[in-house]
Amino acid sequence: MKTLNPKIDKSSKVIAIEGLKKAFDDFEVLKGVDLELYQGENLVVLGRSGTGKSVLIKIIAGLLRPDEGMINVLGQEVDRLTPKELDRLRLKIGFSFQNSALYDSMTVYENLEFPLVRHMKELGKADRDRSIEEVLEAVGLSQSINQMPSELSGGQRKRIGIARTLILRPEIMLYDEPTAGLDPITSMDINNLINEVQRRFNTSSIIITHDLTCARAVGDRVVMLLDGQFQRQGTFDEVFATTDERVKAFYNYNFID
Amino acid sequence: MDRIFMELASIYAFVARFFREVFVPPYEFREIIRQCYEVGVRSLPLISLTGFIIGIVFTNQSRPSLADLGATALLPALISVAIVRAMAPLVTALIASGRVGSGIGAELGSMRVTEQIDAMEVSATNPFNFLVVTRVLATTLMIPALTMYTTFVALMGGFVNVSQNELTSLTTFFTQVFDAITFLDIISSSVKSVIFGFTIGMVGCYKGYNSSKGTEGVGKAANSAVVTAMFLIFIEELLILQVVNALRGI
Repeated sequence: MKTLNPKIDKSSKVIAIEGLKKAFDDFEVLKGVDLELYQGENLVVLGRSGTGKSVLIKIIAGLLRPDEGMINVLGQEVDRLTPKELDRLRLKIGFSFQNSALYDSMTVYENLEFPLVRHMKELGKADRDRSIEEVLEAVGLSQSINQMPSELSGGQRKRIGIARTLILRPEIMLYDEPTAGLDPITSMDINNLINEVQRRFNTSSIIITHDLTCARAVGDRVVMLLDGQFQRQGTFDEVFATTDERVKAFYNYNFID
Repeated sequence: MDRIFMELASIYAFVARFFREVFVPPYEFREIIRQCYEVGVRSLPLISLTGFIIGIVFTNQSRPSLADLGATALLPALISVAIVRAMAPLVTALIASGRVGSGIGAELGSMRVTEQIDAMEVSATNPFNFLVVTRVLATTLMIPALTMYTTFVALMGGFVNVSQNELTSLTTFFTQVFDAITFLDIISSSVKSVIFGFTIGMVGCYKGYNSSKGTEGVGKAANSAVVTAMFLIFIEELLILQVVNALRGI
């Protein structure tokens, strides 16, 4: 079980969502979601596949538009921003995709250089190289700098994906199923990396997962998404101390050591 | 019917977005050069082989008809007109549709389904500018260049055949070639290849950028990019021919 991060500042909300609704055709995925993320906090959103967890963080990052509701990120309402304002906000948000989404025609170095060249134009090549070495060292993959994404394992791809988001020093990290498809040991490495990122870069994070081991290892707070709404929230133990059969079933079908 | 109109509106919006963004910085020069290399230089082996063979085959097939009229001396002029006016732009565009258009469709389709395009967007990089504008510019610039190259290679194929059978010298051959074509032929061929290049890039990007439904969608995007581009190229060829004929007063 993770010890609570002492740096969490409950007086400072970095994300506040109220009454968020989203439907695809006739299927209502999110039915009025309220959520708050505090400065320095790791918040885990648990739920079964297809319950709208990924939709939630895609709306936060401005990749999808909500049907209803208010989404405030770092003091700005995401769906009211102009494209330029949204881009400026996105520089403060790191998004780690489920399948890493590395640019497969580029080497690891080029993947990491890509955002730097576009958004930190003041940096010379030597400074860019230093930044790239630093994030690669942070994710423990300095030796992979010249490899192509196709030459990396699933766990390594996840790490490079996280490194690419860290290179712009985001204030908020959004992780979409960070341990999906990984073996238990690699999953544990990724969990440790998420905690390390929180400590070292002082980020606030939302972690989308259905992996209870991951939720327990990284979550300062856990919320459970059921039927398009958050049904439970609190620490990991508080969430699962319930008689709700749906929550108990979710717990019982996951492996907990 | 609704779906057709929705698709047309979507195509219109995509093309309009290209013209809106092509003049807006940042200009991705490095990516444009990389794409020009992909489209132009890497197509050279296939274009060379195809162009040369077409030159030989067309010359060989035309000879008996001209021989019946006792006019084999007109072979260089006939080859020249056919290749410059129609065959080189069309063959280059069709080969590029297959090689480049499908490649763009598959690449962007794969980037869409593996969320690489979303990854660019969330890192505040305009994926349309980086992926679409660069590729469409590359095909629009390189297809005319490839067409000129195909023209030269096909004429060389024709020369090889003519020199073996009619013992015509290179100087005589090319003197007849240039005598037979007009300025309008060269201009119409160039304009046509610019339009073909734009079509190939735009169709490939549109199909790939808007693909969905996983790996099946990627295959469909690549396939559809080729079929649609080829269809449009033939339609454009027909329309441009009408315009050029009108200019010639035919």
